[in-house]
Amino acid sequence: MVHWTAEEKQLISSVWAKVNVEECGAEALARLLIVYPWTQRFFDNFGNLSSPTAIVGNPKVRAHGKKVLTSFGEAIKNLENLKATYSKLSELHCDKLHVDPENFRLLGDILIIVLAAHFGKDFTPSCQATWQKLVGVVAHALAHKYH
Amino acid sequence: MLTAEDKKLVQQVWQKISGCQEDAGAETLERMFAAYPQTKTYFPHFDLHHGSDQIRGHGKKVVAALGNAVKNLDNLSQALSELSNLHAYNLRVDPPCFPLQLLAQCFQVVLAVHLGKDYTPEMHAAVDKFMSAVAAVLAEKYR
Repeated sequence: MVHWTAEEKQLISSVWAKVNVEECGAEALARLLIVYPWTQRFFDNFGNLSSPTAIVGNPKVRAHGKKVLTSFGEAIKNLENLKATYSKLSELHCDKLHVDPENFRLLGDILIIVLAAHFGKDFTPSCQATWQKLVGVVAHALAHKYH
Repeated sequence: MLTAEDKKLVQQVWQKISGCQEDAGAETLERMFAAYPQTKTYFPHFDLHHGSDQIRGHGKKVVAALGNAVKNLDNLSQALSELSNLHAYNLRVDPPCFPLQLLAQCFQVVLAVHLGKDYTPEMHAAVDKFMSAVAAVLAEKYR
């Protein structure tokens, strides 16, 4: 069971309240596909991923980015119960999608960079520390049902 | 492998932070110690409080070394040779790939904080590759 202090919960919710889920989700996923191009293998049916410009403008990337970050929002609502919250998603990523859990860590780190670019100095070291913990815990929960 | 385009982008990023490199170094370290407390184990002799002179000084050193790497993108191995020896034989930081990944993440965050929208996905990718290349060179002498 992961323990969250009151301060950490506050840092998570205050940042989340200001996040545009559609924009940040789209940007995070696009950056994943650009910075770590091998991740494109999971998105064969997404159409044109031939360049950073194509990826950033790709409507399927945007839509899926929004989906992914919306799901992240569920995690934030269920901090005390992440493994259960992500149980089905974990099975899906293992059995159907065949995603190496290392990629969850990569996406988490990218999300942090996207937040940093949006919030600038407001994304303080404490903020970052809390969010690194959060993305780590989410990645762990997503990997939990792997077999 | 860094392409010509990657090298250009890395140099551009370096240009953009030329005014605040010192701050960038200290901030990177501070963020690393906050987010990844295990990295503090390499600095038991440092005052790790916010604003400490030692963090400032060391941050400056780290950024200067990275800056030197940026000036020698065609020959990272040679440029970082001394540092590679130092990390392998004296400092014996755990195989650099791991702690340096943590440092790299924090450095990227600092760049994003300072450059905001200007920190494009292309720059992000190029810097990520650059930091990986630096880590690989530093790991060369390990065994």
